[in-house]
Amino acid sequence: MPVNRFDTLALHAGAAPDPATGARATPIYQTTSFVFRDTDHAAALFNMERAGHVYSRISNPTVAAFEERMAALEGGVGAIATASGQAALHLAIATLLGAGSHIVASAALYGGSHNLLHYTLRRFGIDTTFVAPRDLAAWRAAIRPNTRLLFGETLGNPGLDVLDIAQVAEIAHAHRVPLLVDSTFTTPWLMQPFELGADLVYHSATKFLGGHGTTIGGVVIDGGRFDFEASGRFPELTEPYDGFHGMVFSEESTVAPFLLRARREGLRDFGACLHPQAAWQLLQGIETLPLRMARHIDNTRRIVEFLVAHGAVESVAYPELPSHPDYALAQRLLPKGCGAVFSFNLKGDRSAGRQFIENLSLFSHLANVGDARSLVIHPASTTHFRMNAAALAQAGIAEGTIRLSIGLEDPDDLIDDLKRGLKAAQKTAQKTAPSAHKTPPSAPDVNPSAKPEVTP
Amino acid sequence: MIFHLAGHPAYAYTGGRAPTAGLPTAVFIHGAQHDHSVWAMQTRYFAHHGFNVLAVDLPGHARSTQAALSEIGAMGDWLIALLDAAGVERAMLIGHSMGSLIALDTAARYPKRVSALALVATAYPMQVSDVLLDAALNREADAIDMINTWSHSTIAAKPSFPGPGFWMHGSNQRLMERIAQINPKQVLHTDFAACNAYSRGLEAAAQICCPTLFVLGRRDQMTPLRAAISLSTAIAANGVVVETALIDAGHAIMAEQPDETLDVLFTFAKEQAAKASGIAG
Repeated sequence: MPVNRFDTLALHAGAAPDPATGARATPIYQTTSFVFRDTDHAAALFNMERAGHVYSRISNPTVAAFEERMAALEGGVGAIATASGQAALHLAIATLLGAGSHIVASAALYGGSHNLLHYTLRRFGIDTTFVAPRDLAAWRAAIRPNTRLLFGETLGNPGLDVLDIAQVAEIAHAHRVPLLVDSTFTTPWLMQPFELGADLVYHSATKFLGGHGTTIGGVVIDGGRFDFEASGRFPELTEPYDGFHGMVFSEESTVAPFLLRARREGLRDFGACLHPQAAWQLLQGIETLPLRMARHIDNTRRIVEFLVAHGAVESVAYPELPSHPDYALAQRLLPKGCGAVFSFNLKGDRSAGRQFIENLSLFSHLANVGDARSLVIHPASTTHFRMNAAALAQAGIAEGTIRLSIGLEDPDDLIDDLKRGLKAAQKTAQKTAPSAHKTPPSAPDVNPSAKPEVTP
Repeated sequence: MIFHLAGHPAYAYTGGRAPTAGLPTAVFIHGAQHDHSVWAMQTRYFAHHGFNVLAVDLPGHARSTQAALSEIGAMGDWLIALLDAAGVERAMLIGHSMGSLIALDTAARYPKRVSALALVATAYPMQVSDVLLDAALNREADAIDMINTWSHSTIAAKPSFPGPGFWMHGSNQRLMERIAQINPKQVLHTDFAACNAYSRGLEAAAQICCPTLFVLGRRDQMTPLRAAISLSTAIAANGVVVETALIDAGHAIMAEQPDETLDVLFTFAKEQAAKASGIAG
């Protein structure tokens, strides 16, 4: 069978009719453990002499179908599903780094990732330097002898900074370390980071992959191109590991030692595995990913066009707009679209933002993105409410910044809903004018010292 | 384990266990633009079940960094030199695709060194189309795509290789790219040209005097079932044991059906080792 195209892989990769029952859909293997044929079979599975399932924390047939499908869609060699996107990030880092090592990361990160790197991992001896994602010189300058990983998001938070993956990967590889990217906002339908030079990709599958706001999950995928032996900087993968029968992972697999260790150590010891029920729900989502993403993008373009022309809107940060600092890069890297999550600035202060939200009815006010339903949040009155205007500006957020996640509804209905909110915001802005507040036109360079709070 | 042959490193994976004196040796030989890791789901089991394992990286492939050899016979000579370096008097040879030709030729020319033979996804003649040869020479990425497509019969083999969660097509593609990256001197074309030029198949088959197992994929497009008949017939004519195992797989038999491939290889190897031991005793 030929290696199929994206839409076909989204339905078939990693899953065939169930050999035991003939079930066409992937069954949910709701079991903790799997019976051994005999004692020799048991020992062989434990020692990686045979492939198979032992215990669902380490692997599970439903979860494996999800993993293999994601690896196929990303063009990788394999994947490991995790309990959440954050668990995927942690698994990647904990497999490659230990105390005394260092990460260079984009400052334009999801708040939870920033917290993990800035606060939590420091407690375990892993240090991170944050750099503005567009500042390639800063990436280079931040690398230390103990740097083991470069990390960024394909589309950064909150201004949709487009990561120049090829350039950052080149810097990483010149220093013999891999580049890890969070591809949650783009999904493999919009961008395949391995083709641009990334080495590891992870997703919060909770978002567009699942697509229906029902399921928390994550996945880390290995591109298989990074040569850990040639790097010479990863003894965890190239020297005998006492914790698994003295195994040298790079001898066992020339292209995927990372995945072997991440599963045999990371899932075994940290245990942040994906539940088979969740894997099944995520598979259901992935089957329609191409259809949904096309609609997400179409709707987003309609909404962006509407907002740009509206008098109550001061600016819109979407990389398909010529005003966005990464417009040219986005044209090159994201020709199918720049995702369905973006921010815009209302004229007026926080009260205008509140009024806007209060007068929406279709958009759900909550802290998530990537749902089939459209979502909205006003950072200045929720996730970043403790910040004053100056601190918000440092984080690239204005008092009137609104973040939208565009869903799959009829775009005209969404526009009607936005009109109601904008009208209310406009009234409030007029009452409070003249405002001293002036927001940047779009996506300012992120200040690496800014500390976003946690929100998906 | 690294050996040194004529000043060059020669790597053989030992299955995660150091060789032990007195045990029979199984040598695993990979195919074109591959390395030892294609045998991951067979070699480790052998090594922990009574065999010493030498799963080689052929010259020019991965850790054996000398130039790739351009003739099947030369690859066999290299293999014998490796057995000499390892202190192995006699071994079972297990070869996949191009590796099966190396095993066949070596068994014919060095009959005292080979106790048994397993030819996995074999064919004779092992003709490579002009289109593929040209692509291997001038458009290697295209050639790798073609091979990857033709080598697999499914996009959902279970339990996947080398374990759950791996995407076989991606793994195979990256492995072939990695071999090219480590040694950019046209390894794929050199390997294919060696297969294409090998003309001693029937002559070698007529000289085989050890038990031989054919392991063939029912859905193999690269070396289809019918292409193994001439070798099988010629070897059987010598009066030696010839067994055939048909497996529901494409050319990438070891990856698509790792357990079944292991089981037929191990059963055969164990039987032959027991017979040899009985004779020796």
